[in-house]
Amino acid sequence: MLKKTYMHTPITIHQSRRTFLISSLALALTACNKATLKFNSIDITGADYCRDFKLNDSDGKQRQLADFKGRYVLVFFGFTQCPDICPTALARAAAVKQLLGKDGNKLQVIFISIDPERDTADLMRAYTQNFDPSFIGLRGTAEQTKQVADEFKVFYAKVATGSSYTMDHSTLSYLFDTTGKIRLAMRHEHSAAQFASDIRQLMQHAP
Amino acid sequence: MKKIITPLFAALSLTISAAAFSQVAVKDPWVRATVPQQKATGAFMQLTSTQDAKIISATSPAAKSVEIHTMEMDKDVMKMRQIMSLDLPAGKAVELKPGSYHVMLMGLNAQVKEGDIVPLTLTIEGKDKKTQTIEVKAVGKAMNASAHKM
Repeated sequence: MLKKTYMHTPITIHQSRRTFLISSLALALTACNKATLKFNSIDITGADYCRDFKLNDSDGKQRQLADFKGRYVLVFFGFTQCPDICPTALARAAAVKQLLGKDGNKLQVIFISIDPERDTADLMRAYTQNFDPSFIGLRGTAEQTKQVADEFKVFYAKVATGSSYTMDHSTLSYLFDTTGKIRLAMRHEHSAAQFASDIRQLMQHAP
Repeated sequence: MKKIITPLFAALSLTISAAAFSQVAVKDPWVRATVPQQKATGAFMQLTSTQDAKIISATSPAAKSVEIHTMEMDKDVMKMRQIMSLDLPAGKAVELKPGSYHVMLMGLNAQVKEGDIVPLTLTIEGKDKKTQTIEVKAVGKAMNASAHKM
């Protein structure tokens, strides 16, 4: 399904790829020095928060960061009744995976629901897999959700609308390196090419 | 009855403004496709009205509840809010697009698949407080569709 979509927007992916390749080349030419690492995202290496999450996947199995050691983990918080930000963020994550080429399978994307009341396990599985079959949706009880959101300093709130409700929520994505350490807070305004460029830098300077 | 009285009234009073009804052009209406268990989604389009007007409500057979929402980013926090009307200034293309206004469809009656046509009825109110409805056929687009370049 992803392939079909990109057939309709070939120009877009080529421009992204071109931007990405140019910035990758530029980076490759600079000295590999930790002090010269320059990210589009916010570097939060060494932060004492964003340490872990313990939530259930759609099979009811508890997952945590350690499960994904050896891979880069991109975490986004949202809800399935979100018409805009969340689909855009997950579509971008799928595009990032494509831009990373053969290293794309080193990236694990995780979508955490801040609306577990309405986002059932079944819905989470169908929703995330629609963007990419490898994406994992996690959810928990209201209490567990609050614990994880607090750990990530993620703001979320129910807001009544008509006879239902919507959710306000933080739109930052969080990137962990292969040792399970938090490295980057990635902003929603950035493109897939910018995200991929940052992840590529981490890959080139991997411990 | 109206057909007789309106032109008569217009002829008698010079202060009545021109044609009561605006013409609203709808461009590229689309709705984000959903997975079967999903209960809500958004519709987007570009609207241009010939005269000052505003959208005051929306309905659709595809959803139990339809609202117009704004989307604002407040320091990396996304906030969506229902608005009771959306201005359509004369001659200005108003965009309902990801990152901005959208039509929120809640309580979906069925899955929206790529290529499906979702009918929307928008109620437009002119400066003279007269209302009219316009029918929009929004096309289902893949979940990962975005107006912005990726």
